[in-house]
Amino acid sequence: MRIEKHPILTFEPKEELHFIFDGTPLTGYKGDTIQSALHACGIKKLSESIEHHRPRGFYCAIGNCASCDMTVNGKPNVRTCITMLEEGMVIISQKGKGVL
Amino acid sequence: MLDKTGIALKEQVLSRFPKKELLVKAKAIIECYQDIPCNPCQTSCPFGAIYIGDDINQQPKLIVEKCTGCGICVTSCPGLAIMLAKTEREKAVFKIPYEFLPVPKVGENWYAVNRSGEIIGDAFIEMVQNIPRQDKTVLVTVSTKIDYLYDFVTIRSRDHE
Amino acid sequence: MILKDLIIIGGGPAGLCAAKTASEAGLNILIIERSPKLGGQLIKQTHKFFGSEKTYAKTRGFDIAKILIGDVLKRPEQIEILLDATVVGLYPDHELTVYQYGIYSKYKAKAIVVATGASEKFLAFENNDLPGIYGAGAVQTLMNLYGVLPGNSIVMVGSGNIGLIVSYQLMQAGVKVKALVEAAPKIGGYLVHASKLRRLGVPIMTSTTVKRAIGKDALEQVELVSLNEKWEMIQGSEKIIDTDALCISVGLSPLHQLLSMAHVEMKFVNELGGMVPVISSEHETSVKNLFVCGDVVGIEEASSAIVEGYLVGLIAAKRLGYIHPNYETLEANYHAQLTNLRSGPFGLKTRIGLAKLRGEDYAR
Repeated sequence: MRIEKHPILTFEPKEELHFIFDGTPLTGYKGDTIQSALHACGIKKLSESIEHHRPRGFYCAIGNCASCDMTVNGKPNVRTCITMLEEGMVIISQKGKGVL
Repeated sequence: MLDKTGIALKEQVLSRFPKKELLVKAKAIIECYQDIPCNPCQTSCPFGAIYIGDDINQQPKLIVEKCTGCGICVTSCPGLAIMLAKTEREKAVFKIPYEFLPVPKVGENWYAVNRSGEIIGDAFIEMVQNIPRQDKTVLVTVSTKIDYLYDFVTIRSRDHE
Repeated sequence: MILKDLIIIGGGPAGLCAAKTASEAGLNILIIERSPKLGGQLIKQTHKFFGSEKTYAKTRGFDIAKILIGDVLKRPEQIEILLDATVVGLYPDHELTVYQYGIYSKYKAKAIVVATGASEKFLAFENNDLPGIYGAGAVQTLMNLYGVLPGNSIVMVGSGNIGLIVSYQLMQAGVKVKALVEAAPKIGGYLVHASKLRRLGVPIMTSTTVKRAIGKDALEQVELVSLNEKWEMIQGSEKIIDTDALCISVGLSPLHQLLSMAHVEMKFVNELGGMVPVISSEHETSVKNLFVCGDVVGIEEASSAIVEGYLVGLIAAKRLGYIHPNYETLEANYHAQLTNLRSGPFGLKTRIGLAKLRGEDYAR
């Protein structure tokens, strides 16, 4: 769900970026964070809580709360709300603490 | 009431209107009912018609005779709390700030809305001004039945759900 | 180890303004910013700001950010900027550990300004961890910075200025705001903001809170409940609203963790938002040449953070022997502006909080 028209802001069309989320190919835009690109594709569940496996989404969107941690290109615990999306990224919803 | 619902009481609203005979010319109706640190209405008025003073927490006061109805304060108020009102025989004419899409077009008929957000009748779009100085706060001139003089506050598109 | 004169932690309004006056005084500065952009939370503020002309009133927040960033970028020979760089360690001898792009580096400065800002508070209720429940600032980031909608509809919790303003911005972006709820019996923020929402048809429900969130993998419904004058839930007053997003705007708390790490003397002051550093009249902490400005020393509006930043930039530079050509005039002016911004009823909390921080009783 992207904003198409806005009374105050203008969102210029941007270059498309392609990435893989849990095996599914998706498209975002240059300038997106991983989290904003996923949200625009309707994906709200980013990880599972460590003990009880409850679904987790983002909460603060500025790198404070760690609720959006995911595994990106094999690296766990990446704060996806402040990590910019890049072409070809492989993003996996994180289950557990993550292993390096 | 206002501090529970966001809806100003009728007495509060009336206290901000000059006498009706003065409304043959447009005057600023300043609906700022709270001491907050803010003064762009005072500094933007080219005619010195709005007074706050050095303590920017004071509420603005309109010096009615100095107000020319130019509308600069309407788009300068960060709280969108100022409109202009005047009477023209059976019509009330307002200039209001508007920051939504679609932008109204001259000649369209929109809903007139009161301070509780309820539709009270029709609002005819007389003029739409959007120059750079307004910084995207559109100044819309609207006419309604004179009965809505003290109730009208904004417009709503007929396409709105 | 990289040596610097002044390091400013945080590139929001307070940090940027501190950099401006300190550089005008002749100092060389390094700004370290965690996010990919300078400007802090200003860059997502689409509304016109309150305050006075001196703090850019009636200018939209993102345009204020452009002005403040522009002031800093004008002096590239004096002001170095690290983006995407997180300070992960701050030590009493003015050493820092900075993490950037997978690498840890050590820095040392003669003086440090901590301008880390604040983080959003959270609210306890059943299922409050469901995806679809966001901080108000997060919603602003998502929609105003990245152009992505948080949901089709939203329920806002909290009627402070942030809750009121973000609700209005959500409507501008095309999201249906189904209700704004406030646990207190009165609206907390500026009433002009509340009136703006009300005339758009948004119900403002005071003495009401969220009882629980309902949903499987993401939020589907919210259960609201009325509160009595003792803030207890009134049985039978529950009401369920269908919504795919819930926005929490229940205040901010200072991001103090780095200061605590540096063994700065801290104090819990509720009126300032939580743990804050004890400071001198020069905004210096208990660690010599470690200064603070902005929300990290008490939650206020951005206009206060701007003025505090300017002030602390002057002071930090003077401490290192660089005296701003207009030091005395500017210092008096900034103090006067802060007093003015804090003198009304909305400044009461800050006035009480600052008095407590100084260990005094606040005399009304």
